[in-house]
Amino acid sequence: MDLNSRTPSGPIQQKWDRHRFELKLVNPANKRKYSVIVVGSGLAGGSAAATLSELGYQVKCFCFQDSPRRAHSIAAQGGINAAKNYQNDGDSIWRLFYDTVKGGDFRAREANVYRLAQISVNIIDQCVAQGVPFAREYGGLLANRSFGGAQVSRTFYARGQTGQQLLLGAYQALEKEIARGGVVMFARTEMLDLIVINGRARGIVARDMVTGKVQSHVADAVVLATGGYGNVFYLSTNAKGSNATAIWRAHKRGALFGNPCYTQIHPTCIPVSGEYQSKLTLMSESLRNDGRVWVSKQRGDQRPPDQIPDADRDYYLERKYPSFGNLAPRDIASRAAQEVCDDGRGVGPNGLGVFLDFADAIKRLGEERIRERYGNLFEMYQRITDENPYRVPMRIFPAVHYTMGGLWVDYDLMSTIPGLFVIGEANFSDHGANRLGASALMQGLADGYFIVPYTIGDYLAGAKLEKVGVDHAEVIGTEGIVNERVLRLLAVHGRRTVDSFHRELGKLMWDKCGMARSAEGLREAIQLIPALRDEFWQNVNVPGSDAELNQALEKAGRVADFLELGELMCRDALHREESCGGHFRVEYQTDEGEAKRDDERFAYVAAWEWRGDGAEPCLNREPLTFENVQLATRSYK
Amino acid sequence: MNLKLRIWRQSGPHAAGRFVEYQAPGISPDASFLEMLDVVNERLIENGEVPIAFDHDCREGICGSCGLMINGVAHGPDPGTATCQLHMRRFKDGDIITIEPWRARAFPVIRDLVVDRSAFDRIMQAGGFVSANTGSAPDGNAIPIPKDAVEQAMDAAQCIGCGACVAACPNGSASLFTGAKITHLGLLPQGQPERERRALGMVLQMDAEGFGGCTLFGECQDACPKQISIETISRMNRDFLRAMLTLRPASTGAAGAG
Repeated sequence: MDLNSRTPSGPIQQKWDRHRFELKLVNPANKRKYSVIVVGSGLAGGSAAATLSELGYQVKCFCFQDSPRRAHSIAAQGGINAAKNYQNDGDSIWRLFYDTVKGGDFRAREANVYRLAQISVNIIDQCVAQGVPFAREYGGLLANRSFGGAQVSRTFYARGQTGQQLLLGAYQALEKEIARGGVVMFARTEMLDLIVINGRARGIVARDMVTGKVQSHVADAVVLATGGYGNVFYLSTNAKGSNATAIWRAHKRGALFGNPCYTQIHPTCIPVSGEYQSKLTLMSESLRNDGRVWVSKQRGDQRPPDQIPDADRDYYLERKYPSFGNLAPRDIASRAAQEVCDDGRGVGPNGLGVFLDFADAIKRLGEERIRERYGNLFEMYQRITDENPYRVPMRIFPAVHYTMGGLWVDYDLMSTIPGLFVIGEANFSDHGANRLGASALMQGLADGYFIVPYTIGDYLAGAKLEKVGVDHAEVIGTEGIVNERVLRLLAVHGRRTVDSFHRELGKLMWDKCGMARSAEGLREAIQLIPALRDEFWQNVNVPGSDAELNQALEKAGRVADFLELGELMCRDALHREESCGGHFRVEYQTDEGEAKRDDERFAYVAAWEWRGDGAEPCLNREPLTFENVQLATRSYK
Repeated sequence: MNLKLRIWRQSGPHAAGRFVEYQAPGISPDASFLEMLDVVNERLIENGEVPIAFDHDCREGICGSCGLMINGVAHGPDPGTATCQLHMRRFKDGDIITIEPWRARAFPVIRDLVVDRSAFDRIMQAGGFVSANTGSAPDGNAIPIPKDAVEQAMDAAQCIGCGACVAACPNGSASLFTGAKITHLGLLPQGQPERERRALGMVLQMDAEGFGGCTLFGECQDACPKQISIETISRMNRDFLRAMLTLRPASTGAAGAG
């Protein structure tokens, strides 16, 4: 397939402005003739649905939770980056652009990233206007803090709840539009397939999760804003319901999947405490502003932390990366934690943990200041572990958190299926091989408020869209496929629960396709996952029926999709014979254990094409050229 | 620890519900409450029974999806804690735990422990927003906001929309939920242009949904996982009174009852 990113020409600083002028417009009076479906109501989906409705389009928005305000964007803690340079410390759009490209280990599309940095300033303005209560200084102006991978203080935050507050801004705008009649909301409704007619995305087949009824919805364009696929690992910081079904179905209908192996492991999460563990809890990266990461210098040191003197402590991030120290980017900090644990110096009951210590910060700033900055995070930690982080160091360990990979999109955020737009974490763009902290929130809102509302107009104005109804043959056919699959899941009547399959897949993925990957491990996974998948379809036990609220059935469909996506991730990881960002291949590392890129062979986006059940997927390459940022070894020393 | 659970089962919105007893042996004290229910559900499925339905998502106390009455207390015994954040070390071996959905006329039961909270979204639709269309905003620093106002607004903005306030209130009132949003936006300059409309619209919608009135029990504040203060209800009442005195009835903007 010919991958054309349709990046505009010209100097990078002008591409987006010129493009907006060149994009076709839909006359204000004509917008109400077009309908758009938005799947997902998080930062990207909620902002897109609200904005498209404000512009005059007829919008239908879908979410599987009971209310659009429950989207997992809500859990983001730390903050949102923007190149305002309010702190006068040298920030600029160019610097944010540069930091993000470098942070992504030179595997992102330059033009997209520049646009993101450019739009970041508008996002803050929009959120403030909606009443998002960002932290302020005494003079009444917006406050900032620093975040990983940056040497300037450019992160805006609302205590430790920035995600929730930004999402509420978008949710409130969405509710305003629902009240106005511009958006029809379908909560507790899950997309189960994409309707493609004459090669264009024309709607979705969705299931009402209360009644079980399967129903089709047609539109002139479809926007997927369904988040990331971290739950393929079972244990992640994602919400339990987060899933890849919407993008996976679209993938099987022709939307190429970009860089599936780029998954991000966040360095500071609360360690696993038992077999029953259902998810991992994130401790915001902002904690690394004031906390110091360390382990003992001695192997098997059983002394309680307050009895280990400073001389015996290895502040390994400060030692290895003097200029970034505890704020080294996530992939680097995660691998460093794994390294010291592998060396037998991990802490906690199962030796899989490192200390994040606030003793020095408390001594320097006082407990009150620390409480003001991180109060809710410290409380969260104490509730889960029953340990008091004001008195003893926190124990943390890396955990799957974010997926840089996702459906491939061009500069207009359109996938390889015309009329199917993908925004937020669900798409592959902007973050390259590693996402910097505080940039996911930025990307979701940039895509939803300020990009797709423009680019979708160009598509609608240019496409000759015939009227389709829910009685169209293709619609009926797709519905049939969905119904057949639901019934198939219920008919197996096997011996194993859905969760038991999910756990097994998750462990397999963590072991073979986690922080450190090897050709041998990946090849093994590529054998084991299809076998597990076959067993699933022969031995899964899904209780109940399809004509009722059935949470086991919901999970079963999602796990069935993870059992396919996991295999693609391993294939992608196997083919990429280099280490970059979140993708670390043990065979390709420097003598010091840092990632070793191969820019000559792998400076491209791997966009995979589904070729059918049992067939190997087909690799398409979008070459990446770096005209503005010099390719360099990514060093944070 | 070994526990005995009494759990509300109800197969559909119009079915009669009842308490069913379940044994939960071998539960780790470090497990969370919902992880304990996961374990119970796995065993039920393995025994060919229908698992217990309950809402949950983030499992870290921020999305507001989860909500169980545990021994008659919304979100269980710990203050400032959502159901998903409650850990089994709070209970002891041999305990009997009664688990129910939120009980309120405005939150009809859908199935087992799952209730319909769409009334909350309709209250938001009646004014819980600032009308600022995308693209029209001035610079973020154009309007300085006193730090105290922001901190107070943030305190109120922390509401996760879980409904524990309603479940805990003997009147089934949604005043804390509604008051929290009115307070959050009412304290900020951006919320001023629509302040009266908002209070009027949201309070009238709250009433139309069938929630009860506030008679200052204060149970809501104690049940709230984000420890929102009932001062937000005072502010709501004040803004509502101002609205009643300054606005004409036609300009409420309230949506119809759900």
